[in-house]
Amino acid sequence: MADEHKLEIFRGLLKFKSNVSKIWGVLIFLSIVTAIEVVLGIYKPSVLIETSFLGMHVLNWIFIILTLIKAYYIAWDFMHLRDEKSSLRRTIVWTPIFLVSYLIFILLFEADYIHEVYSNGFVKWNF
Amino acid sequence: MDTTVITGEEENVWGGGNKPLGASYGKMMMWFFIVSDALTFSGFLAAYGFTRFKFLETWPIADEVFTHVPFFHGNYPMIYVALMTFILIMSSVTMVLAVDAGHKMQHNKVVWYMFLTIIGGAIFVGSQAWEWATFIKGDYGAIETKGGRILQFVDGKTGDRVALADFAKIIEDERSQHTSSEGVWFENEGTLPTYTVNEVLQGFQANQNLVVRTEFKDENGHKTILSREDSLMKLNKEAALVVEGANLIHNEYGSRLFADFFFFITGFHGFHVFSGVIINIIIFFNVILGTYEKRKNYEMVEKVGLYWHFVDLVWVFVFTFFYLV
Repeated sequence: MADEHKLEIFRGLLKFKSNVSKIWGVLIFLSIVTAIEVVLGIYKPSVLIETSFLGMHVLNWIFIILTLIKAYYIAWDFMHLRDEKSSLRRTIVWTPIFLVSYLIFILLFEADYIHEVYSNGFVKWNF
Repeated sequence: MDTTVITGEEENVWGGGNKPLGASYGKMMMWFFIVSDALTFSGFLAAYGFTRFKFLETWPIADEVFTHVPFFHGNYPMIYVALMTFILIMSSVTMVLAVDAGHKMQHNKVVWYMFLTIIGGAIFVGSQAWEWATFIKGDYGAIETKGGRILQFVDGKTGDRVALADFAKIIEDERSQHTSSEGVWFENEGTLPTYTVNEVLQGFQANQNLVVRTEFKDENGHKTILSREDSLMKLNKEAALVVEGANLIHNEYGSRLFADFFFFITGFHGFHVFSGVIINIIIFFNVILGTYEKRKNYEMVEKVGLYWHFVDLVWVFVFTFFYLV
């Protein structure tokens, strides 16, 4: 790793004086996000469950987005991808993103189809 | 660590000493290992998603499964997992601090931060073992139908879950566990449940308050509760087995695939945490012995740090897809 650290997060909105204080800052941010997830998970506001978007509750989308945000900060600041060359960063990040989105797309579509067969087809499985 | 010999021919790409993408050999290989391992975990989680979408309206609700906190009685969904998540993130932070201290060649700080990281990892693995034990032991007990569906018992008035132990009628002169000391020709027998189907049925008939809760969820995500008549009919017609707790074949919480994926994915992750702790311990001793001090380079700490953060990263996803969504 380069000896220099980039000391700002949120696109420069928050600047830190040293790498150590940046680490604590990121920890606080991650803890807040986790706390939000847990509170939402316990109370499950009915508004977010009753509305759905692309076949999933809005609440689940919120969880997934918050997870991706957490993953971003863990990779960027704890695994210091922020300080690496952009070529390395892209190699590491885009390869899995491409493959995983493809896999998820295929599997979830197939699962939805099988679900249809189970509920409308001839298979009896609840006896 | 940079073991390549620098030949002096700096312009020659293949002459050695080159650092493609600005990362040393070891670090780049650690990154590529992490990418491939991330794909493995994604495969597992995608398979979990596949199964869940397939059995969308009968999938167990995680909030009702993981409700225990060690040393506390009562119903606390999510609290303990959230605590485990926090412990793992915390140990990730001490790891980053160790790496940072390593860059500044602060030997003692590296030792202390590595030590804290190892402690955090050990607590996490222990918590996971406890979580498994609680899951395997089970909560209330249930009846499995001939088709492998799960029927749970609730109080018809309050809607609270009722444990088998609270209503099953003890009938004497039932068969007992078969052991090798009992017979000449011993055949293996799995552990018998505490109650037989007959005992549960009799107890159910005697308790007018009880009704059956099925695996099916309504539009609002609540499990369907049958009327007293339907409950009796379903139990008398379809009850096949008493299930207590969960294993790979039976699962009192609902779909058995839920238990299979739980054991497989959290087990695989727990194995990663465990090996991470071992690797951290090795590096910890190396730091104490001053190996990296002599090398004037703490990059090894950074490399195991990458692995450790990766384990944390995976947990963030497991946490979301197993416990939250």
